[in-house]
Amino acid sequence: MQVSRSLKKVIFWLLGIPVTLLILGIYHGLMQTIYRAGFLNDSSFLKIEYFQGLTLHGVINAIVLTTFFAVAFGHACMTFFLKREPNKKAMWISFWLMVIGTGLAAWAMLAGKASVLYTFYPPLKGHPFFYLGTALIIVGSWIPLFDWARMYREWRRENPTTKIPLAVLGTLVNFIIWFVCTLAVAYEVLVLLLPWSMGMADINVTLARTLFWFFGHALVYFWLLPAYIMFYVMLPKLAGGKLYSDLAGRIALFLFLLFSIPVGVHHQFSDPSIGQNIKFFQGLLTYGVTIPSFITAFTIAASLEYAGVKRGSKGLFGWMKKLPYLDTNNFMFAYLIAGLILFIFGGLTGIVNASYSLNNVIHNTSWLPGHFHMTVAGPVFLAIIGMSTYLYAKMSGKKIFLPKVNVIIPYLWMIGVLIFSTGLMWGGLIGEPRRTNLGMTYLNPKHELFTPEWVPTTMLALLGGIIMFIAAMLFIVVFFGTIFRKSKLEAVLELPYSEAYHDEKRIPLFDRFKPWLVTMAIIIVIAYTPALYDAVTNPGPKAPRFTPANPVPDLLKIKK
Amino acid sequence: MSVIDKSEKKVLMISGVVIGLFIFSILYAKDKYQSDVPECIPFDKAYTEPRINQIDEKTFQVFSVASMWQFEPSEIYIPVGSEVDFYLSSKDVVHGFNITEKNVNMMAVYGNINKTTVRFDEPGVYKITCHEYCGVGHENMQAEVIVHQPQTK
Repeated sequence: MQVSRSLKKVIFWLLGIPVTLLILGIYHGLMQTIYRAGFLNDSSFLKIEYFQGLTLHGVINAIVLTTFFAVAFGHACMTFFLKREPNKKAMWISFWLMVIGTGLAAWAMLAGKASVLYTFYPPLKGHPFFYLGTALIIVGSWIPLFDWARMYREWRRENPTTKIPLAVLGTLVNFIIWFVCTLAVAYEVLVLLLPWSMGMADINVTLARTLFWFFGHALVYFWLLPAYIMFYVMLPKLAGGKLYSDLAGRIALFLFLLFSIPVGVHHQFSDPSIGQNIKFFQGLLTYGVTIPSFITAFTIAASLEYAGVKRGSKGLFGWMKKLPYLDTNNFMFAYLIAGLILFIFGGLTGIVNASYSLNNVIHNTSWLPGHFHMTVAGPVFLAIIGMSTYLYAKMSGKKIFLPKVNVIIPYLWMIGVLIFSTGLMWGGLIGEPRRTNLGMTYLNPKHELFTPEWVPTTMLALLGGIIMFIAAMLFIVVFFGTIFRKSKLEAVLELPYSEAYHDEKRIPLFDRFKPWLVTMAIIIVIAYTPALYDAVTNPGPKAPRFTPANPVPDLLKIKK
Repeated sequence: MSVIDKSEKKVLMISGVVIGLFIFSILYAKDKYQSDVPECIPFDKAYTEPRINQIDEKTFQVFSVASMWQFEPSEIYIPVGSEVDFYLSSKDVVHGFNITEKNVNMMAVYGNINKTTVRFDEPGVYKITCHEYCGVGHENMQAEVIVHQPQTK
């Protein structure tokens, strides 16, 4: 369909800004593997410190890229599937808030005033602009939800008995989860962290951590759901088949709405002051969130099998050989399938993390980044970069630069991640800590803390890291190469979408939000009331401010 | 035709069984190996003074205090077969407390007391590694539990 210039511009900038920043984010990913393998025995390289780089890596890749893309992809899905455009003013206000927020946070990080990592746990203090910038990115990303809700209601009035398009359902579910979970982190940032960072109040650290993880686990589903939308809506079509079941997609999405948030305490299994019972209970709820993933695994595999059979495959597994893995005109298939393969391992290791006392084995070891690079740097990252190229090329009417390279990138990345994560997870199981500049001590043969067991593990991670870096730089070349080409085709907003193999008749329960929102609220209240009660009542004194290089705190500026 | 087809029903059942098995395993391991996540105890200032208390021959309380960038006490000597209650607190930022071989894994948080219990049945040197970023000296932050054979007199 044809869309307005304004919408095109918003989407292009929302895609282009994070991809540009990604150069910096990916560079710092590579640098960490070099430090950690012991090839750099220093606290900084080219005037950027290890933890400053790690903060840039996390904030750019996991917050800026994912949030900007989710908004851009949301605009595209809502417009294309509801055949109407978002409100221009709302779109631009949201865009500018996010850009200004990114600018403030980027300044604080680059100036070395906020080396607090992307989880920004107090009482390690960053510059107030870092917190303010993060808050602006989040608030900016809320605005489209309310406008999209208006578009949906308009569409619903015109189509009272049509099933809501799956991509629209996915977009709305995703942003409802995002809105609810970010309320907690907005409270943490604006009410607890900002006054604390300006020296106006001390802080209850456990409460801040609990609010962060109320947001932090749902955040991973906010990363994941755009990829899920592509798996359900686009992948079967790209494979040359049909979606096995339309209803399965709807059920999975609504289950995410219920279970994404009330599981955050499983990130705090090792924390003090939160009861074992509530930890166990939220661990159980985490298994609830595996159900939509099991449903998805089956439905997508069945859809791909159907596509393979339609392409004339034989035997039980023959369909795997018939899929269009290297079709340059159909490169989104390559990006999505490579992501799915990674996600098999990402999902399984995630179940390990959620398994209550098993967490003692791997908590905060390098197992953790090993796991989440197979989720957020797996299906999520590949879906994001593939779709960024796809959307840009379609909407600008340009041909892909280096199409053959483009279709190889996801597989190269996949191989890199598999090697990288194997190294990290193996290291984690033998105690290698995450978030640590190992090159200074543990991987420095001249240092008394040298730990030779971690040599093979960090070397594997380095090898994987180099492959990932090459793949990512090739993507940057393809993306910007495409931007600098001349428009030759018709510029349209066009997304692939699959027919359903089982197109079940409309079931009203799975076509409306209210009952699900009410259930979601009830589960959250049940799961989080005891956790928050513990976080408020068990801790003792509140903490002052500390900076990374100084054990002496900043005390309150105004004595009460 | 029903909304859910035969293979979908099967898959849902298998998923249910798998999840059931996982949950059973967690409960079984928790009971059999006494493995649990850290205990929840309210803050008490008395626990924030670094020291080692010997309760009887094989029972110890270790009050470990993490700070930028050390654990106090930094060397903990105990005889083989000892049972140790670790009470962990932080003087400043968040620190980690990881003894890999014993699956001891806790966060040290300002204004909070973390607690776990562990038995050391094998002699050796067990490293306590800080595994949460805590500032510029983070990668130097290690302590030791030295488990020795009791002296025969």
